[in-house]
Amino acid sequence: MSERYTFGGSLASITCHAWNKDRSQIALSPNNNEIHIYSRERNDWKLSDVLNQHDLRVMGIDWAKNTNRIVSCAADRNAYVWSQADDGKWKPTLVLLRINRAATCVKWSPAENKFAVGSGARLISVCYFESENDWWVSKHIKKPIRSTVTSLDWHPNNVLLVAGSTDYKVRVFSAYIKDIEDQPSPTPWGNRMPLGNLMAEFKNSTNSGGGWINDVNFSADGNKICWIGHDSCINVADATNGNAFVRCKTQYLPFLSCVWISPVSIVVAGHSCVPLVYTLVDNLKLVLTAKLDKSQKKESSGISAMRIFQSLDRNLRTENSDTNVDSIHQNAITCIRLYAGEKENGKKISTSGVDGQLVIWDIDNGLNNSMNNLKI
Amino acid sequence: MAKNTSSSAFRKIDVDQYNEDNFKEDEADAISATVGPDENEITTLLTQGKSVEALVNVLQNAPLRCKNQHVKDNALNTTLRVLLSIKSSQMDQAVEALEQNDLLDVLMKYIYRGFEIPSEGSSGHLLQWHEKAFAKGGVGCIVRVLSDTNRA
Repeated sequence: MSERYTFGGSLASITCHAWNKDRSQIALSPNNNEIHIYSRERNDWKLSDVLNQHDLRVMGIDWAKNTNRIVSCAADRNAYVWSQADDGKWKPTLVLLRINRAATCVKWSPAENKFAVGSGARLISVCYFESENDWWVSKHIKKPIRSTVTSLDWHPNNVLLVAGSTDYKVRVFSAYIKDIEDQPSPTPWGNRMPLGNLMAEFKNSTNSGGGWINDVNFSADGNKICWIGHDSCINVADATNGNAFVRCKTQYLPFLSCVWISPVSIVVAGHSCVPLVYTLVDNLKLVLTAKLDKSQKKESSGISAMRIFQSLDRNLRTENSDTNVDSIHQNAITCIRLYAGEKENGKKISTSGVDGQLVIWDIDNGLNNSMNNLKI
Repeated sequence: MAKNTSSSAFRKIDVDQYNEDNFKEDEADAISATVGPDENEITTLLTQGKSVEALVNVLQNAPLRCKNQHVKDNALNTTLRVLLSIKSSQMDQAVEALEQNDLLDVLMKYIYRGFEIPSEGSSGHLLQWHEKAFAKGGVGCIVRVLSDTNRA
């Protein structure tokens, strides 16, 4: 069902990971200033390059599959675009982000001619290559972001950008660069799209005040966005339905990453260490449809705490040695990527997390079929 | 050489004051003028034995977004009175009713707040409430109490 890998014999947590086009190579950061590139050799991974240009912890990596370039950003406020030289080694190009706080996340646009970087400086840098000067330049989206940008995702039209922030809000912006692209056609999010135009804004929760936004994701057609907050809720907003949003209060620990795997379903994962599939039913509610981790729980969680103390008491033990978590991931999952298929028909996903593991999960085919039958 | 002291006063220096544009709560949030639950109505419901209705009423009118501490304290006392008057046999029914009204998170807030001001036998009773609310809402319910900036 699932493949588990660790890299370089270390159990350092994996900050984030990204795949190349044919999934034969992976770029990941072992929670420090380096980016490691591994190549798959049958069932093993061989370290093929170490990119160490950043000074501080790498916060985001994204691999442009068609142009085969890697973009990385880090807490040292820099971003680099890496391209492969003829000898297979990766060469960096510095991108001036013009920010005074750490960069937190980075994403290539679908056409791979620009990318966006979120940062603690309360702004988004939209970067594109200016061929006249042979240089990456950045333009800022500032208003009305009031806190750190934690997550970003691009609309498939290569213009709109959704950003989640620690000011409890999710915003859809236009990131239209008129120097390098044609006038965008209208979308359900709005018609006028000058750079930095706020197309929509959602508060994580209308009647309670809480929860940073941990991740955001555009659906395959770009008409829906999904976001997850630190209040253990999953939200889906629909632009074709007057920006109405559906909110699901889950009973789990907060989620850190989310991705669409069909027109109506999402995989979420986070502090509860287990990837879950939620499906939108009749545009009215989100329902838990599958747990990808089929590990059996040894006993129900309520009793186990009591058992632990009983066992400590009876066996005169002074420490509890049974520290295994009843799931494949042994600590929080921080990153989900599609491994096979696209957002409209995800077949496999990969997750990485604080336990230093990379796990590739099969999204059950039977599940996908049953989801296709669900009408929107 | 740096002097090693146990002083931690530096941690309390408000460095944000040197920042020009700090994060501020929405103005609209601050204005919301809630008065909290109507105490007479609650007392009437309680004397009529409609304790579950009383609980739904008190939690629905909880002044969570109110900035006035006095109003909040009053609401807390009223809520605790209702919570402690409901017997353990009625709790399941009450929690069920709250789940339908989407008030489980509010209940959990008041349970935790109640632990802060214990009275004779109250904590044990609140622990029973906690167990029932946790069984329905899971860890997510507790997380929402922790992450919410509107305190009970």
